[in-house]
Amino acid sequence: MPEMLALDALTVSYGPVAALKGIDLVVQEGEAVALLGANGAGKSTTLRTVSGIVRPRRGGVRYRGKDIGRLDPGEIVGLGVAHCPEGRRVFAGMTVLENLKLGASRRRDEAGVRQDIARMEELFPVLGERRQQRAGTLSGGEQQMLAIARALMSRPRLLLLDEPSLGLAPLLVETIFDTLAELKRQGVTLLLVEQNARVALDLVDRALVLRTGNVVASGGAEELKRDPQVVEAYLGGGR
Amino acid sequence: MNVIDYVFQQLVNAVSLGSLYALIAVGLSLVFGILNLINFAHGDMMMVGAFAALLLESAGVPFPLALLGGVVFGGAAGFVMERAAFRPVRGAPDVTMLLTSLGVTYILENLGILLFSASPRNFPLPVWLGHVYKLAGGRITFTNINLLTLVFSVLAFLFLYWFVTRTGVGLGMRATAEDLVAARLVGVRVNLVVVVAFVLASAFAGLAGLLWAAQVGVAYPLMGFTPMLKSFVAAIIGGFGTIEGALLGGYVLGALEIAIVAFLPPSVSPYRDALVFALLIVLLLFRPGGIINVRREVKL
Repeated sequence: MPEMLALDALTVSYGPVAALKGIDLVVQEGEAVALLGANGAGKSTTLRTVSGIVRPRRGGVRYRGKDIGRLDPGEIVGLGVAHCPEGRRVFAGMTVLENLKLGASRRRDEAGVRQDIARMEELFPVLGERRQQRAGTLSGGEQQMLAIARALMSRPRLLLLDEPSLGLAPLLVETIFDTLAELKRQGVTLLLVEQNARVALDLVDRALVLRTGNVVASGGAEELKRDPQVVEAYLGGGR
Repeated sequence: MNVIDYVFQQLVNAVSLGSLYALIAVGLSLVFGILNLINFAHGDMMMVGAFAALLLESAGVPFPLALLGGVVFGGAAGFVMERAAFRPVRGAPDVTMLLTSLGVTYILENLGILLFSASPRNFPLPVWLGHVYKLAGGRITFTNINLLTLVFSVLAFLFLYWFVTRTGVGLGMRATAEDLVAARLVGVRVNLVVVVAFVLASAFAGLAGLLWAAQVGVAYPLMGFTPMLKSFVAAIIGGFGTIEGALLGGYVLGALEIAIVAFLPPSVSPYRDALVFALLIVLLLFRPGGIINVRREVKL
């Protein structure tokens, strides 16, 4: 499998505070990889660096063989990397349809965009029903679906997801992760940040555990599910 | 003159003044929504529009074309202002941009004084524009300038509505105003959005400037500053950073000013501005987000 994304000794700081202290990570095409870890471990920072919102201090971000560490977020979206941010960040004052159109900001093929809007409304029927409603009036789960659909509108090869289960009822989490599994089957490469390690490990092939800006464990999903340390820290071990 | 006629006459005046405030306020709000910048130089785009129209007309250009020229020059000035003054300091703390806008104001106003002198110049109008319409046996009057102001403002607002709901750049503009980071993440061309916002805002201010000059009959380099400050107030009354809020606030402010002059004793009129600002303070005490209650969240 060809390499989709490679982080090479990536170091990122917010001012004097180091958020990532030399992360190495390779994601192959078609793979789903999760970043696990506590708050402040550097999971979100990793995604933000890949999508260009945060600049690396040292080290490289390579996407399909191309160094993207200095590109603008818009250019990176244009290359096929979509970032579905933490807290959904849908445009609350704009309609569902407008949010979807904005997801296609870097595309010029209007016919294709219209097709994809129809596809999204098929994938998430509730978005079709609420097409003219302001995104701010949607429930949390619906907003998460919209955020994912908006990211998909750019036709990404690599989809970055930051805490898609955050604040959602278990049933909705299941719906969202079923959709992600479907996307994975369709060949979208996924890099997922998730607090809910249990659902994450059911979806992904591999995972890395981050602690204070370092990778402290990594391995196949099944292997990590059995790792006593991971179970203790992230899977509610001892119960 | 009976009461109804009088009220109606004041309504005509209020709509006419409110349209101008709304035109200016919308531009302030557009730029603020996107950059968090209170652009003091916005008022000077009124001068640019008014003087462009005035000079074109003096050079024998027909009035409709001179009017168009004023709008185009206003927009062009906005383009230059963004490129020359604001783009270089983008990303700097908000206060840097605020100070930059004050600097631009001083440069433009003094440039205006240098070029046109500080004394007011007559704004030449075709005779037909001064035509007075009389309703109710002459008790209600309005002129073609009033009509022109209303028609052009409404056209401008309709254009803006079309632009922000139907074009890609317009959608990007609203998205950027709501959440800059999310807009960048979906690939909105923020640089383009910013420059278009400045051009639109300045073209609107240019239009407001020439209509203002047409209403009062004169243009002068400092003509934009006070209307700009008041429109800023209007935009806050309505709900700052939103288009609807700016429109609403503009008309509310126009109506308030006219009402104070029209319905309170003449001795109060000189305190018109003080009263308006006092009402504003009271309003904001009870409704900090303005009439449409904008809640701005600061996101990283």
